[in-house]
Amino acid sequence: MLDSDRRLSWFTKVMVALVAFYLVTPTLIVIPLSFTDRASFDFPPKGWSLRYYQDFLTAPEWRDALFTSLRLGVAVMLLATLLGTAAAVALVRGRFPGKSFVNGLLLAPMIVPVIVVAVATFGTFLRWQLVGTFTGFLLAHTVLALPFVVVTVSSALQTFDDRLELAAASLGAGPLTRLRRVTLPLVLPGVLSGAVFAFVTSFDEVVVALYIQSPQMRTLPVRMYTSVTSETDPTIAAASTFILVVTTLLILLPQLIRRGERV
Amino acid sequence: MAKQPVISLRRAVRGPAGLILPALALLLVVMVWPLLQLLYRSFMTPSFSLSKYQDLFTDGVSVTILVRTVVMSAIVTVVTLLLAYPYAYALTKVSHRTRAIMMALVLLPFWTSLMARTFAWLVLLQDTGVVNSMLKAVGIGSLALIRNTTGVTLGMTQVLLPFMVLPLYSTMSKIDPRLMTAAVSLGAPFRVAFRRIYLPLSMPGVVAGATLVSIMSLGFYITPQILGSPQQAMISQLIATKIDRLLDFGSAGALSAVLILVTLVLLGLMSRVVKPSEALGSTGAEE
Repeated sequence: MLDSDRRLSWFTKVMVALVAFYLVTPTLIVIPLSFTDRASFDFPPKGWSLRYYQDFLTAPEWRDALFTSLRLGVAVMLLATLLGTAAAVALVRGRFPGKSFVNGLLLAPMIVPVIVVAVATFGTFLRWQLVGTFTGFLLAHTVLALPFVVVTVSSALQTFDDRLELAAASLGAGPLTRLRRVTLPLVLPGVLSGAVFAFVTSFDEVVVALYIQSPQMRTLPVRMYTSVTSETDPTIAAASTFILVVTTLLILLPQLIRRGERV
Repeated sequence: MAKQPVISLRRAVRGPAGLILPALALLLVVMVWPLLQLLYRSFMTPSFSLSKYQDLFTDGVSVTILVRTVVMSAIVTVVTLLLAYPYAYALTKVSHRTRAIMMALVLLPFWTSLMARTFAWLVLLQDTGVVNSMLKAVGIGSLALIRNTTGVTLGMTQVLLPFMVLPLYSTMSKIDPRLMTAAVSLGAPFRVAFRRIYLPLSMPGVVAGATLVSIMSLGFYITPQILGSPQQAMISQLIATKIDRLLDFGSAGALSAVLILVTLVLLGLMSRVVKPSEALGSTGAEE
């Protein structure tokens, strides 16, 4: 056996273990913390209860924030998926001047620091009276979610064999039929994962939300931010655990479905 | 239809370019226009002047904070690189099954809530927190882990690790393992072969990852805001303060322009070594 083929050195193994631990474990601490029975972040908790889950689902400021975030996330998901998929089709298939510029522009929300986006949006939305409105949140979050949809759908379209569409066209299928019966079913996994990304982007977004919020329109991350910066209330641990479980399920869902199909 | 030449068939199935318009319109109205307006306000105070920019150099705070932000970004980039390199290397060597698990661990941060994770770090690192009670238990006194650079570095590195691991892995997985075998068979010690062959070949990944991580860390807001100290603010916090305290869009705009300029300069420097599209594209490559 040549030396270069040797298995990983103990140093590499230790590093891998450390990094894996560092990536995952710190976050998991919110789970036991959420089952505490008193208003403190002592770890391990001295006693156990479900009262902070009850708080999370019944206290108006938490419950309203949760439902606002869910409603907003779904709306952003629908709008971003629709616009992003259309844009991806145009970018991959269409020919128009300034295409690479437009492509770069669409990815801009990923590069411009989010605090700059937040402050700029706030300034403009103040004039347009969109601060604290559902429409304002929907527009701002959809722009942030667009790049994720464009990237995932584009890559699905690029691996898609367009001769399949040629074949359908040569057999007499019109544009709509081709889209519905050939293209969409094949790029659907890309569209769906783009949609999940869009939902999670909105559901998790906090900086822009901090600026365009109002007492009537407050998302869950904003409520969590307020809680972290100004109180010692384990409800945020319950909220965190809830979000961890929901987003993990959302991400795993497509894989579980795919596995189910294969069986 | 069937008699038509293939050329026009191809034209027939091309998605119309017009499909770009709704997304483009939204982007222009909700993103580009507000940014331009912010920029405009940094120059109009109320008539055209550069005073907001001059203030940045004379107020005694902004330059310090800008330098601190760049230094912080460099620290985070180096720490991230040191942690991610062996991890990405291991990713190319392990079995399929182990790789799937290791990959899932890297992608985890993409879908775990930033607020949940920042809150977790707060609980872990605070003076009476988990880490400090463990340190006390083993006889080491409590350390100040929060409201200083340590806390911010820990939190930011965890968030940014995936953006280093993924480009590194995508470069490393393309390195032909036979090159190392050849070098070793010709008598080079593993360490020498690694330094002379593997390391240079992995450089595009290093540059791509470093570009991404340094650019992203320049604009970090939530992590330093919660885990850091106001006395050691980063530029994003300074921008926020201008709005929160004074509603001073002019100063916030000037700072934003400087921040974006620094980002672009960094991107330009890095793109001399590696194409930006590769640097950004490689993150989405592995799923």
